[in-house]
Amino acid sequence: MYRYDEFDHTLVQERVAQFRGQVARRLSGELSEEEFKPLRLMNGLYLQLHAYMLRVAIPYGTFSARQMRTLADIARRYDKGYGHFTTRQNIQYNWPRLDRVPDLLDELAGVEMHALQTSGNCIRNVTADHYAGVAAEEIEDPRIYAELIRQWSSLHPEFSFLPRKFKIAVTGSPHDRAAVKVHDIGLQMCRDEDGAPGFAVLVGGGLGRSPFVAKKIREFLPKRHLLSYLEAILRVYNQLGRRDNKYKARIKILVHELGAEAFTELVEAEWAELKDGTVELPAGEVARIQSYFAPPPYEAFSGATLEIQNREFEVRRFEDRGFANWLRSNVAAHKAPGYAIANISLKPEGGVPGDITAEQMDLVAELAERFGFGEIRASHQQNLLMPDVKRADLYALWQALGRHGLASPNIGLVADIIACPGLDYCTLANARAIPVAQAISERFADPARQHAIGELGIKISGCINACGHHHVGQIGILGVDKKGVEFYQITLGGAADENAALGKIIGPAFGYDQVVDAVETIVDTYLEIRVDDEAFNQTLTRVGFAPFKEKLYAAH
Amino acid sequence: MADKIVTANRLDDGLVVYLNGASGGGSWSERIEDARIAGDDAAADGLLAEAEGPGQEIRVVGPYLIEIALEGAEPRPVSYREAIRAKGPTVRLDLGKQADFA
Repeated sequence: MYRYDEFDHTLVQERVAQFRGQVARRLSGELSEEEFKPLRLMNGLYLQLHAYMLRVAIPYGTFSARQMRTLADIARRYDKGYGHFTTRQNIQYNWPRLDRVPDLLDELAGVEMHALQTSGNCIRNVTADHYAGVAAEEIEDPRIYAELIRQWSSLHPEFSFLPRKFKIAVTGSPHDRAAVKVHDIGLQMCRDEDGAPGFAVLVGGGLGRSPFVAKKIREFLPKRHLLSYLEAILRVYNQLGRRDNKYKARIKILVHELGAEAFTELVEAEWAELKDGTVELPAGEVARIQSYFAPPPYEAFSGATLEIQNREFEVRRFEDRGFANWLRSNVAAHKAPGYAIANISLKPEGGVPGDITAEQMDLVAELAERFGFGEIRASHQQNLLMPDVKRADLYALWQALGRHGLASPNIGLVADIIACPGLDYCTLANARAIPVAQAISERFADPARQHAIGELGIKISGCINACGHHHVGQIGILGVDKKGVEFYQITLGGAADENAALGKIIGPAFGYDQVVDAVETIVDTYLEIRVDDEAFNQTLTRVGFAPFKEKLYAAH
Repeated sequence: MADKIVTANRLDDGLVVYLNGASGGGSWSERIEDARIAGDDAAADGLLAEAEGPGQEIRVVGPYLIEIALEGAEPRPVSYREAIRAKGPTVRLDLGKQADFA
């Protein structure tokens, strides 16, 4: 795991001290709210419906048990005993006092964390595949490059006042778990003809008011050129991106209006000037960062040991249906023999997606130390995971998680719903998202039913800004306000992986009391007409919207 | 015109507050029941001017008018957004004003 060097420490501590002064000047009246607002936003501090909200960055979703304990401690001492994991691998606190935020940031700095660039028109927290470093099919660990981007983009003087916010995601695997095609820049590791690793560069993806799937502007970028190429893209955007209309200011609009070809030409021309210059990746620095992401000391099991372990494991699986269900949905294959990736669902039946209590945070920290080399990951699906667990320890881990409501066997299933905070917390929202997610997870509570349905992503946003990623849900739900009443528009057919697609609206919106029934109707219709183990979007492609529409709107 | 009150978020802790007190007092309460009610446009403009008046910027952030309906003598926000602000998250009844003033 990356550890701060002296520059990182100094930078973060200086920013805390600077913000402490800014808060004091705001409280004394020396700064107006108009002057203060951009300063607090640069430090991740929003003012939401009920109180301030602080968004803490978890770069590329990787953090330690020690950091998790501090997050728990902050939840207890500065907030109301819980935190909320977001769709960008961040954690949010919903109730901090402004006058205590500087102390809170000091505590974060003590464990090498901060809230910088989690808001504002800058390059935001870089996200990555949450299986980075442990996925069997991975080309290279994308966190090395995500960390380089983090360092390059932190307080980058040229890119601190972009036309609009800017999000970069990186994946090292062909199967995209990081939704790179719906980011401003998506980096997908690939190999050239000689087998050398590099990146396919995608630009202009994004959700919100005007959703777009990113365009590939470069098939292959050698790794050493990563930062200079990113700098070229950002320069073109910084110069040509619109600043007159915030709804047209994202890079996706620029790419769309110029056309991918013309945009690419501009980037390549800019890059020709930058290439082989000062921002080329120095091999020594890459190696230094790479060393932080070296695999932990895995135990080398003999074939005979693995066989015995496997036999015991299969007995457990056979004897305990709850464990078997959890294994099926929450445990993924690991690159090291005898190890597994254990996902921790933050979507209990009727729970708030992404919420976790301070006590649960402490438990996850303890279990990570006991079973997983002290490392934890946050996924953009608002769940956690332990990337390196011995298969032989899975049963004990599952039992411990289950005692604290953290063993819901539903990763990737219908109850593993992404939902933004919606109108329960957010000033931008038009409708609530969380209670809809809760009601759906209650409706589909039976694990057997969820497993019978199979993988199915429901994503809910409380407004068109789409923090709940509804455009890329196989079933997407968008909350809207119609003359003061909450309604929910349903889209079908979205996807956030390597086959990224934007869902299409199926028909008129549903009322708050109707939307769960509508979702169930869609799911039941899918089950009726799917062939063999066809995935939801495959069925939709084969039969179209008609059967779903008929069932949903037949009575109208 | 619907009755109106002024709401804002308190500067130091961010909590939702309502302009209350006797006319011209310019003080704030966490309880919507304490809010001073304007029954016409002129009174509403006066309330907002008071909320934005000297010294208020170090007490509150972003004051604005909201429509209310009276339930007995007590003001209730017309919009569900403001109803949620007045009570707290509908998904956490143990938090917010609904818990603090239960």
